[in-house]
Amino acid sequence: MEKKRLPDYSYTLILLGVLILVAGILTAASPYFLTWKNCRNILNQSAIYLVLSVGMTLVISAGQIDLSVGAVIGFSGMSMGLLIQNGMPAPAAVVTGLLISLAIGMVNGLIVAYGRVNSFIVTLSTMTILRGIILILTNSSSVFGFGRVFAFIGSGKVGPVNMPIIISLVIAALGAMLLHKTRFGNYCLFIGSNEVALNRSGVDVKKYKVIIFSLCGLCAGIAGLIVTARLNSAEPLAGQGYEMDAIAATILGGTGMQGGKGSVTGTVIACFILNILKNGLTLLSISSHYQGILTGLILLVSVLISESRQRKRSEV
Amino acid sequence: MQQIMGYGWGNNMNEEKRPFLETKDIYKSFGHVEALKGVSMNAYEGEVLAIVGDNGAGKSTLIKILSGVLKPDSGVICIDGREYCGLTSRKAIEEGVSTVYQDLALGNTMDVTSNLFLGSELTKCGFLKKKKMNEEARRLLDDLDIQIPDVTVPVGDLSGGQRQGVAVARLVHNGGRLLIFDEPTAAMGLNESNAVLRLIKKLAGEGLTVIIISHNLPHVFHISDRICVMRQGRVIRELRTEATEMDEVVAMITGAVTTD
Repeated sequence: MEKKRLPDYSYTLILLGVLILVAGILTAASPYFLTWKNCRNILNQSAIYLVLSVGMTLVISAGQIDLSVGAVIGFSGMSMGLLIQNGMPAPAAVVTGLLISLAIGMVNGLIVAYGRVNSFIVTLSTMTILRGIILILTNSSSVFGFGRVFAFIGSGKVGPVNMPIIISLVIAALGAMLLHKTRFGNYCLFIGSNEVALNRSGVDVKKYKVIIFSLCGLCAGIAGLIVTARLNSAEPLAGQGYEMDAIAATILGGTGMQGGKGSVTGTVIACFILNILKNGLTLLSISSHYQGILTGLILLVSVLISESRQRKRSEV
Repeated sequence: MQQIMGYGWGNNMNEEKRPFLETKDIYKSFGHVEALKGVSMNAYEGEVLAIVGDNGAGKSTLIKILSGVLKPDSGVICIDGREYCGLTSRKAIEEGVSTVYQDLALGNTMDVTSNLFLGSELTKCGFLKKKKMNEEARRLLDDLDIQIPDVTVPVGDLSGGQRQGVAVARLVHNGGRLLIFDEPTAAMGLNESNAVLRLIKKLAGEGLTVIIISHNLPHVFHISDRICVMRQGRVIRELRTEATEMDEVVAMITGAVTTD
C-alpha cells in the first residue's frame, strides 16, 4: 500500500544520506569540521538561506518563481537602517521594514495574479527596480550603527545558540507546517499542480497567489533583517545573488520546478548540504570564487534530477 | 419550440414531474458568430440525457452556460424551480450543477484525497484533518464502486477510468445533483469506458440528473434515456433512446434530415 508513495519519501532520505556523507567526508578531511563552534557557525551561516528558501519553496511549489528575494534582502535591511538612522526606535523600524518586504511581495503577487504575467519576468523587473532604488536612496554607500537592540537579532545569543539560528529554525518549522498541514499549503501545491482545476472548484486562486508572494517577500525581509543586524550595517548590495542559493536549495530539496510538489523538509536538508559544502571549501582553503561555480552546478544537477523524476511520473 | 417527447424515464414515470433543469430560449453569440439560437431543453432526475451534435453545433457553449462559465445573451435557466438569467460558476455549483470536464480538472501531482476534497477540505483552524478526509474519501469511493486501492497516491498514477471516478466522486461529494459529462469516454480503452458508463448509469440510478455530451453514438445509445440532437445552435429534436435508431440520429446530426 505504501509502495507508490515511497519515491517521494525516499528522495528526502537520499538527501539526508547525502548530507551525512558530505559531513563525513569533511570530518575526515578537516579535524576542525565537527567541532561545536564550526557547527554553530554553519547553522548561523545557513540561517539567512534557510529563511529565504522556505519562502521560495512556497512560491516554487505553486509553480511560480521569485527572483526578487535577493533585492528584497537589501531593501528591507536598507529601509530598517535608514529608519533607525532617522530616529525611529529599532523595534518599530524592524516591523516597518518587514511590512515593506511583505508589501513588495504583495505587489509581485498582485502583478502576477491580476496582470496574468509570468512571475519570472515580474520578479526579474522588481529585482532590478528595487536594487536601483536602494542605490539612489543611499548614494551607493552603506548605512550603519543601529545600536545594541538591533544588533542582538544578528549576533546575540540565547544560551549557546545564536539568534539567527533560532529565527531560521522557527520559520522552517512554521513553513513546513504551513505547506504540509494546512489548507493554504494544499492550495499552494494545487496552484502548481492544476491552477485551472482549483479555480473551477471555487477557490480564489488570485488571492492565494498574492498571499504566497507576500509570504515569500516577508521571508526575504526577515533574511534582510538578519543580514543587516549581523553586520550592524546595511549594505546597498546586500543579498545580491542570494535568490540563486534559495532556488538551488529548493530544487535540490525535491520541490518540482513546475510546481505541484514541494517539501520544506527537503529544502531545509538541501540548505544545510549547500552550506556545509561552502563551509568545507573554506576549511580546505579553497578560494571562495569556487562557491558560485559549486552552487550553479548543484542547481543544474538538481534541476536535471527533478525533471527526470517528473518525466518518469508522467510516463506511468 | 420543440415539444418534449418524454418525461423522466428511468426512476420516475411521474408525468407531473417538473424537470430538474430547464432552459428556455437561450441565445449566445460571440461577435458575429451565433453559437446558440434559442435553445430550450429539459433534463429530469434519474435520467441520462445525451446531447449530440456535430462540432460547432453549440454543445460546448450550452454546457458552459449551464455551468455558469458563460453568460447567455438572453434566455432563462431554471434549476429545481428557480430561475436564473445567467449563472456564475459559484452559483451553479451551489445549485448542484457540476461539470466533469474533458481534462477532469485534477491535480496530477496531488493525492486522491486532496483532489476529492478540493475546495471543501475538512479543516480545523485552517489545518487539514487528513486522517478524517482519507477515511471519508475511502467511503465515498466505495459507495460509488470506484476501484482505487489507495487514496494517498497521486492522481497522476491512476488509470484514466479511475481518474474519471475521482472527478465524479468530487462532484457528488460537493452536492452535485446534475452532473454534466463532456466526452466521458474520449481516449479510453474498452474496459475503462465500460467502467465509466457503469458509473454514469449508477449515478442516474441513484436519482441524480446526468447529461452527457459525446460523439460516440454506440455509448450514447448504450446509456442514455433520451437524446437531444443539436445542430447549428438549435436543439432540433429530443428523442427517446429506446424508440430511436442510430441511423436517424446520424442523419439529424449531419443535416441529411431536416426537421424544420
